[in-house]
Amino acid sequence: MPRTTPAIARVAPEVSAAYESVIGLEVHVQLKTATKIFCGCSTRFGDRPNANTCPVCLGLPGSLPVLNKRALEVALRASLALNLRLQQNSRFARKNYFYPDLPKGYQISMYELPLATHGWLEIEHDGAAKKIGITRLHLEEDAAKNLHEGFLDSDRNSYIDYNRCGMPLAEIVSEPDLRLPGEAHAYLTTLKRVLEYADVSDCNMEEGSLRCDANVSVRRRGEERFGIKTEVKNLNSFRYLQRALEYEIERHIAVIESGGSISQETRLWNVAEGRSESMRSKEFAHDYRYFPDPDLLPVHVSTSWLAEIQRDMPELPTARRRRFEQEHGLSDYDAGVLTASRTLGDYFEAVLRAGGPAKASASWIQTELLRRLNDSGLSVEASPVPPAALAGLLAQVEAGSITGASGKKVFAAMFESGKSAEEIIAAQGLSQIQDTAEIERMCREVVEKNPESVAKYRAGNQGVFKSFVGLVMKASRGRANPQIVNETLKRLLG
Amino acid sequence: MIMTPTSNGHDWTIDSVREALADKRISARELTAEFCQRIERRNPELNAYLALSPERAYRQADYLDGLVARGEDLPSLAGLPLAVKDVLSTKGIVTTCASHILEGYRPPFDATAVERLERAGAILLGKTNCDEFAMGGSNENSAYGPVRNPLAMDRVPGGSSGGSAAAVAAGMAVAALGTDTGGSVRQPGSFCGIPAMMPTYGRVSRYGLIAFASSLDRVGPFARNVRDLALIMGTIAGGDRMDSTAAAVPVPDYVGGLDAPVKGLRIGVPTDYFAEGLNSAVREKIEAGISLLEQLGCVRTALRMPHTEYAVATYYLIATAEASSNLARYDGVRYGLRASGGTLMEMYRKTRGAGFGAEVKRRIMLGTYALSAGYYDAYYLKAQKVRALIARDFAEAFGQVDAIVTPTSPVPPFRLGEHASDPLAMYLADIYTVTGSLAGVPGISVPCGRTQGLPVGLQIFGQPFGEARVLQLAHAFEKAGGAQV
Ligand SMILES: [Zn+2]
Repeated sequence: MPRTTPAIARVAPEVSAAYESVIGLEVHVQLKTATKIFCGCSTRFGDRPNANTCPVCLGLPGSLPVLNKRALEVALRASLALNLRLQQNSRFARKNYFYPDLPKGYQISMYELPLATHGWLEIEHDGAAKKIGITRLHLEEDAAKNLHEGFLDSDRNSYIDYNRCGMPLAEIVSEPDLRLPGEAHAYLTTLKRVLEYADVSDCNMEEGSLRCDANVSVRRRGEERFGIKTEVKNLNSFRYLQRALEYEIERHIAVIESGGSISQETRLWNVAEGRSESMRSKEFAHDYRYFPDPDLLPVHVSTSWLAEIQRDMPELPTARRRRFEQEHGLSDYDAGVLTASRTLGDYFEAVLRAGGPAKASASWIQTELLRRLNDSGLSVEASPVPPAALAGLLAQVEAGSITGASGKKVFAAMFESGKSAEEIIAAQGLSQIQDTAEIERMCREVVEKNPESVAKYRAGNQGVFKSFVGLVMKASRGRANPQIVNETLKRLLG
Repeated sequence: MIMTPTSNGHDWTIDSVREALADKRISARELTAEFCQRIERRNPELNAYLALSPERAYRQADYLDGLVARGEDLPSLAGLPLAVKDVLSTKGIVTTCASHILEGYRPPFDATAVERLERAGAILLGKTNCDEFAMGGSNENSAYGPVRNPLAMDRVPGGSSGGSAAAVAAGMAVAALGTDTGGSVRQPGSFCGIPAMMPTYGRVSRYGLIAFASSLDRVGPFARNVRDLALIMGTIAGGDRMDSTAAAVPVPDYVGGLDAPVKGLRIGVPTDYFAEGLNSAVREKIEAGISLLEQLGCVRTALRMPHTEYAVATYYLIATAEASSNLARYDGVRYGLRASGGTLMEMYRKTRGAGFGAEVKRRIMLGTYALSAGYYDAYYLKAQKVRALIARDFAEAFGQVDAIVTPTSPVPPFRLGEHASDPLAMYLADIYTVTGSLAGVPGISVPCGRTQGLPVGLQIFGQPFGEARVLQLAHAFEKAGGAQV
């Protein structure tokens, strides 16, 4: 059982300001493969417990692991995307410890000889760019999942679901280059984006395909030496990450300020309590007795295969952002928003392919689409308005068959119903009124009903003109062609 | 009482079985029944079999009899009455590794070697006794009692594959599979007076072989003659997509190469193997055996293999280190024995405490120590370096010679209980076999005369994937009367 920690004393901002925090992140991502890392079992999420198991991933006596070449390929894509140097020799080791979720009594993981080292990732925080070093990337197998709840006899027994056991993971370890919780947040966001772009992982924190642990220490500003670090586990949402880091940094400072010292230990972030708790201290640290796994051959990547992977690399976010600016004339900001996720960028490009004009498409996606997706908690892929439908709507606006204002209403209806723009325009009678006689009739009515405003306007108050336009548009339920309205009113009032 | 293998009546071989089936002189069902009777008669005193698989045996027999009835071709090993060491997984048939910890465990799959033999027509009679998890050289470490040597009932059959060797020697099977980690096929072959082969590491898939020491474990056959070994090797060798350490090196025609002339082949005799500790009667027989090879035209060359003296220590560090990890999975959670305990840790401790025997526990502790932080470099890592030097000794030797000839064991079969209280003496007796295990080369033990009625084995090492040469030499030696030197 984790020991609970008493609430920490709050540290005054001027005291905190004298300290600098040092953060490194260890991120586990589940690699996007159809089968597990050492056997042919499916990696599908959410299947019936223990449906996706075999002698190998159950660690039955006499079974042997055989490396899934796809998992290696995906890890190589990740290495290239993170500017990592591929190692000449890498090999799997055994990490030995007992736990029911570990059917062999050891986890197969690269240790001494990781797949790749010496990489970097550029992040943006507070408007400044910063390169964060990546120490290493290595492959390993995931453990099973212990189920302590949800069964009639859960008070007495625990169950184990081995579906997750043997899922392919890459562990990506950053250098201790992060100085603020915000930077750590930016790093994780950027890492997720790059890995999604490189088609490495779904990076879905809820499903556990992206997991994060942090190493945290503090030191007085100007001090070169690192302070004693703690490892904080279970930071499995972007929100927890930032909160947990803030908490842990403040805890370190408080301990040091009160004359104590930090003990090197592993701590668990308790989401409900909003604090970190000691899991095990260094004295009780496991001796994992790593040694090279004799069941697996050293990993060898031929230069020709690597070249092939390099050639087939998907476009990465920075390159796409630059391309959006150059090819489609987008602002840096718009290009940034539209490339924030691979799926959103894909959506944007699909709208363009269906004939949507670049700038209007960019603007409609950022305002109308993203707002509604956010409100309804949907992902881009699940958008009820497919890219071609949005392009269709924009074509109607462009051609002047509906006004921009009506367009937004049409979009809302499309989002609700999944129908096309044409269907909704026809059904709601939203097409624009171009008929000058009809518009003149509406204008006359407005002018006649507002003699006082007419007097003001004629006395030189130009400002009231807008209210005439507004009244006409209101009368037409937004459908009147604004240009004709303007011209007609000017003539009538003139 | 000394018995000869032929005292059990008809001496079947793989070919004679197949021919008898094809000629309808016996049906596969009758043959199976005959072997079941032999087992019933001899096994109670020998304890070579731990479990029998009559249903599976008769199902295969019926299939073969069907082929005969329809006049179809019989597969290469049709009807071969086969025994399989209990560390090889057999689908649906209890596989215990002669340990209490795997009591009642029925694997859901077959070991690749077993599957290949059955596909070639072999009839699986049952599972044979061995030292627990293949750890031992006398078969006295079985949780289900020791095996007796059919040639001398008061003596051990050797180990760890003692049950497989005894089953073949006593005529309770025509051939058997064993596993060899540090000599566990060759030494019981030598003790029971039958030929036995350890293939090159990677020559035969380990899939389904319940691991003792993964970088050393190999599946190997026992038979009544070298030709049968060659037939079995030709069936079980070759790459396997279930084992990445099984090499996809082409498998030559082992049987076809048996009769190639051995004249002019250079045989190396390492002087380091004929040092202190070698029983003088065994030495005499081995010298006689080497003379016989010379009479066949082989050229004898003296060799130095300077790292031989470190082999036993190196072997026991590497093998126990790997074993400590391989045996971690027996934790009571999923299969086999589970002792009840109030906490998870208590359950682990009680299960492993009750499930493993003394020798297994000793090796797990040794291996755990060798891998521990602070000791890893001095023990495990250094052992790996010495292993590389031993392999280099072999590679250099094979620059000068075609094969290396040594005793299989420094002593003839000893009495049951003779070394029970001295594990170190037992470890040291592995001296001639562990070198080849560490180097990964193939080795065979062939009968080489007897001393006071007890068999002596001559060991022949070949180059990696050079099984054909080893079999050829052993075959020539056997034909020239090696068993009677
Ligand atoms: Zn599986």
